Amino acid sequence: MTLLNETDLQSFVLLRLGDRRFAVTATQIAELVAPSRVFRFPHHTSEVEGVILRRGRIVPVCDVAEKLIGNGLKSRRFYLIVQRRYGSQTEWVALPVTGDCELINTEMTLPSDTDAPHVAGWLSHAGDVIEVLNLAALTPGPTEIAPSPAPPQLQEVRP
Amino acid sequence: MRPLSPTKPAPRSEQIILFRVSGQLFAVSSASVQEVRGIDSLSGVAKEISQPSLRKVKHVVRRGEYSVYVVNAAMHFGLPPAPSALVFVLRRTRTALLIDGIEKMTSMTRLQALPLAFCHEEREWYRGLTALDQTVVPVVKPDGFLTPEELFLLDASLSQEADAKRAAERIAEDEQDASITQ
Repeated sequence: MTLLNETDLQSFVLLRLGDRRFAVTATQIAELVAPSRVFRFPHHTSEVEGVILRRGRIVPVCDVAEKLIGNGLKSRRFYLIVQRRYGSQTEWVALPVTGDCELINTEMTLPSDTDAPHVAGWLSHAGDVIEVLNLAALTPGPTEIAPSPAPPQLQEVRP
Repeated sequence: MRPLSPTKPAPRSEQIILFRVSGQLFAVSSASVQEVRGIDSLSGVAKEISQPSLRKVKHVVRRGEYSVYVVNAAMHFGLPPAPSALVFVLRRTRTALLIDGIEKMTSMTRLQALPLAFCHEEREWYRGLTALDQTVVPVVKPDGFLTPEELFLLDASLSQEADAKRAAERIAEDEQDASITQ
């Protein structure tokens, strides 16, 4: 029997999309919030359905269910707000989920070359094998971000 | 005696115009709008222009030495067509914008950059987003309605039309001269 060293354990948040569960590393989670009004306006990024207002921030909503389980969500219970990195910048993105989320500590198996780009690793938990999500591959963003210092996300307007 | 409490500087604000296009609310900086005109005032001064790859532009207005192109905002944003009532002539651009109407004038104190998750043409369309009365409104970029390439196409189309008109006039003059000499 192998005893896992505590340092091998990482924290993950399990999220539910339909019948399936996926994981995101806990350090990438900002908060879990009840669904609120989605504001929509014209744009051409099909993965983004609109934005929500949260604590004074405007947060894009990305329904990743289509990519992960093959169809979009008809109902949503929460928005899991994750911190998506864009080069040196970090921004909040809201992922609609259909059930409760759970925090677990476990060991992650690294992905293989044949895994899809959105797979950052694998977990074994309660008899399930669960994909750990690579948010950079799963949610949209510019293809290249210059590694310059990030401008402030919220600006006071300067007429 | 109590010391004076430090006063917090008032946040700077920017005057904006909220307007509707096909029912959707947008904002534009008041400073970017040179003129607001009724659509009727365009008849007589606007000339038709046809550039098949740019269906959002159907008219051009001559202003001094410049041509100002009239952009249908609903077509630009891919919204369902709606009857336009007003035109914004946008300052420091060669764009006039057909819109449904003005909602109100107000001010914004914060403009949030468009989240990086939005990664297509919309990055050229919007300066950012602002939250007003618990609603999120996109703030348009006045120079985002026509790209330099689109302006080049439209200018080329105008000069082709002018060349064709001149050629037609020359042919007509030649035909008239020929009929006189006969």
